[in-house]
Amino acid sequence: MIAENELKESITKLVSAAAIYLPEDVKKALNDAYEKETNPVAKSVLRSIIDNIRVAEEEKKPLCQDTGTVIFYIEAGEKFPLLGKLPRILREATIKATEITPLRPNAVDIVTGKNSGNNTGEYIPWVEWDIVPDSNSAIITVVLKGGGSEGPSLAKTIPPGLGIKGVLKTAIDVIFEAGAKPCPPVVVGVGMGPAADIAMKLAKKALLRPIGSRHRREEVAELEEKLLKAINALGWGPHGVGGLTTALDVHIEAAHRHPAALSLGVATMCWACRRASLRVTDTGVEFLTHPFLGGE
Amino acid sequence: MTEYKLTTPISEEDVRKIRVGDILYITGRVYSARDAGHRRALELLNSGKALPVDFRNMVVYHVGPVVKKVGDEWEIVSAGPTTSARLEMYEAKFIEKTGVRVIIGKGGMGKKTAEACRKFGAVYAIFTGGAGALAAKAIEKVEGVEWLDLGIPEALWILKVRDFGPLTVTIDSTGRNFYEEMKEKVNENLKEAYSIIGL
Repeated sequence: MIAENELKESITKLVSAAAIYLPEDVKKALNDAYEKETNPVAKSVLRSIIDNIRVAEEEKKPLCQDTGTVIFYIEAGEKFPLLGKLPRILREATIKATEITPLRPNAVDIVTGKNSGNNTGEYIPWVEWDIVPDSNSAIITVVLKGGGSEGPSLAKTIPPGLGIKGVLKTAIDVIFEAGAKPCPPVVVGVGMGPAADIAMKLAKKALLRPIGSRHRREEVAELEEKLLKAINALGWGPHGVGGLTTALDVHIEAAHRHPAALSLGVATMCWACRRASLRVTDTGVEFLTHPFLGGE
Repeated sequence: MTEYKLTTPISEEDVRKIRVGDILYITGRVYSARDAGHRRALELLNSGKALPVDFRNMVVYHVGPVVKKVGDEWEIVSAGPTTSARLEMYEAKFIEKTGVRVIIGKGGMGKKTAEACRKFGAVYAIFTGGAGALAAKAIEKVEGVEWLDLGIPEALWILKVRDFGPLTVTIDSTGRNFYEEMKEKVNENLKEAYSIIGL
């Protein structure tokens, strides 16, 4: 079984890589947007985005100076041997990755405004847990969530009578109001459920899905397609200069709702959609989104 | 659309020639300032105190960089623009009080800033948001840092840059504001967007 130290080193590498290298699906989506764009200003914006991704990779530097809030999503087997040690491992790996990459220190005390200097603090890094029955392995995903793209995020509860159309309209309105602020082309996550916090958590979780993937239920997949088309019809385009691609994709996750409440969450993720995953099993670590890390 | 290569300091006369859609490349000295930096600058100026640097005829960059200390020297690792809309609450006063000529950020600014640009002779230009590695390539040196007590992202960084750009001008000194114009266009598209979801 993998030692605690070895896992900490792997997670440190993962967090660091997330800041430098975008996942392949995101890079492909940005390249596709560049290829099909017809507005010359939008095309030049996408060109600098693609150039920037290359420079970051070549120089092994964070592609964006806002290296985000560190958020972990854990799918841990009930028998994963390091389960109890994980909170400490994640915290220590965050501190180490901040130092070696370097990441920008982004954890600020709510009351005093003092920056902790190492991206950890009260509740931070934030960790979301899923426990998987009958398993002794774990999948660890890190998301570096930029602050600018958090600005437009919204959770609210609407009268159920407004229905799913009411949810989709709210999402369109969020992107309409957001304009260039969240660094479009964005990825949009929409969550629905019986309460605002549940909807928002699902909206965030939806951002984890690869670009181009569709919801397992056909009806929801159709809503994703429709909302993506509607958002791109707004025409904000890359960085709001006008153009074809305002959103790279839309992902929806839905929970059963309360008869009297339809809550929704809209989460926006900048084009620098930084996420990275690894799997730990009893034979070792496998880097899922950034396989080249295994050879380093 | 004209391309300008500007070297700091930049005169009001030169800035007043620039129009929305023009492209700028800046060489010389650029000062960083974000939320806390703007707030502190205005507090000092309002109480009649001097700032550690003189913004007159200079460039302010909305950025909170990733930095690395190598020996005694600071090195910029990644330094793309931050969302300028947050600075809307300070910028008009900041322009009036400091005499800054070029504001660099991302995402556009509002009516109050545009009015101050018109009145006092300044422009607002954007660099591609998130392109932190690319921006860092144009920064030759950190010449100094003030207000480090505000934390690394919020400190006032004194940066020596060469051909920093392309910067696209979205607010000029004639009162034009590209993003306000875009918002009107997008507003016209709202109906179509709603119709796609069946409204």
